[in-house]
Amino acid sequence: MKINDLLHQTSEWLKGTGPNSDIVISSRIRLARNLQKFPFPHWANKKQNRDILDAVAQAVPAIEGLKNATLFKLSELDNIDRQFLIERHLMSYEHAQKTDFKGLIIDDEEVISIMINEEDHIRAQVMQSGFNLFEAWGILNKVDESMARELPFAFLSDWGYLTACPTNAGTGMRGSVMLHLPALIMTRQINQVLAAIAKLSFTTRGLYGEGTQAVGNFFQISNQISLGPSEKEIIENINGLIRQIIEQELQTREILMTKSKIMLEDKIYRSFGILKSAYTISSQETTELLSLVRLGVDLGMIRDITRRTVNELFILTQPAHLQKLENKKISSQERDFKRAEIIRQQLTVK
Amino acid sequence: MLCNICGKNPATVHLTEIVDNQMNELHLCEECAREKSSQMEQQFGLSDLLVGLTQTEKSSEDKEFANLKCAGCGLTYKDFKKIGRLGCGECYTTFKKYLGPLLKRIHGSTIHHGKTPFLTVKVTKNKVDVQELRQQLQKAVESEAYEEAARIRDQIKEIEQKQSPEPGGNEEK
Repeated sequence: MKINDLLHQTSEWLKGTGPNSDIVISSRIRLARNLQKFPFPHWANKKQNRDILDAVAQAVPAIEGLKNATLFKLSELDNIDRQFLIERHLMSYEHAQKTDFKGLIIDDEEVISIMINEEDHIRAQVMQSGFNLFEAWGILNKVDESMARELPFAFLSDWGYLTACPTNAGTGMRGSVMLHLPALIMTRQINQVLAAIAKLSFTTRGLYGEGTQAVGNFFQISNQISLGPSEKEIIENINGLIRQIIEQELQTREILMTKSKIMLEDKIYRSFGILKSAYTISSQETTELLSLVRLGVDLGMIRDITRRTVNELFILTQPAHLQKLENKKISSQERDFKRAEIIRQQLTVK
Repeated sequence: MLCNICGKNPATVHLTEIVDNQMNELHLCEECAREKSSQMEQQFGLSDLLVGLTQTEKSSEDKEFANLKCAGCGLTYKDFKKIGRLGCGECYTTFKKYLGPLLKRIHGSTIHHGKTPFLTVKVTKNKVDVQELRQQLQKAVESEAYEEAARIRDQIKEIEQKQSPEPGGNEEK
């Protein structure tokens, strides 16, 4: 597989299917693992980092689910490719910095991805569409078990899997759910929800992970605690919280539909109108307007496009995706033209 | 919209800052945002948070401990406090005495209940369960919850019976 092949397929997590996909975009589980006898990536020397990359690379053919996977060496990719992989949520922003001896394994469906030599030797993740953490865990657990047969992991029976940062020790697990909460934001109830989440030892982040602002009404919620509860308990805890948030968002959508239907329709159809007719548009405006169009699709107001089309547009209109489509580096202004063009094409009913 | 800081460039980054329970929205250009984020990182970097958490140890012991070096990778406790990351798996054993309380503060627990690497699944899982159950038993007895204590005692017995070696048992595999 080549990076360019990904451009013409829809990532698993963007398919707009799965439970509660009117509110939950995607579910993701990641595990942090380290090899015994090697220093963690930040503390290892070049030779050790190379050996770690080689050891994981050699294990790939024996890892479940990776028969049709490709290993990319980050140092061999250009800036646009790296940004492109971040935009598709296949790797972190941090992984694109200082790229020596860093690797990324992706299966051809973009369900499984494994970062090598990020903060830990191995950061393996599985993404699924909709509210589906247990399914993601089922897949990742098998990947993990087959990795453990090939690679000796650093582990203590009382503290679990050992990680570079003690905040990830224990299960090494982080489960995240990406939610679309336009109604809670419009009605300004979101701050109460976020405050409650923080009290319960969960974290909230924006669309692009750590340190990013919530744009376009999207939030990622994940567990903070990784040592103590089992993997199943961690997922059950997240699920319990997410179910409540979904319920609140649904109720609020219903209230908006009964009490301020015209205002809501106005907002949604105006957004749809702008997206269908703009000739230049920024990334920020696109995300905000697409969020409202998505709400329109979810509420049955907009019927001529699918949730999947809207989801795809969120990603296709990102800077690196636009440059991949153009097959060259283009300026910010040119990107705004290209972005508007793609949106017009996709939203015009065929 | 122009940047709130320089007032010259268009604002492309939008931040929400919470200071003393007051929420401020900031609209910044890329350049000012970069400066702002490095300021914020200096104030609230993860390593600082960890360092803050480790700083409740007694200072005299701390001095002695600061120079303790991990035999596996050469990282000292001082290094850990500076960078907020450990050097290798062995560091966890080397700095066990100090990491225990730290893990407790971060996670609220110091006993792993999750999965274990493939080969040791059975043995370790039971060991952990019994350890935890014993703690619960003690608490139950202390608080005179005898019914609960009896239930936990039976549970421990059950696990221990299961664990006792059987002919051709598979624990060593």
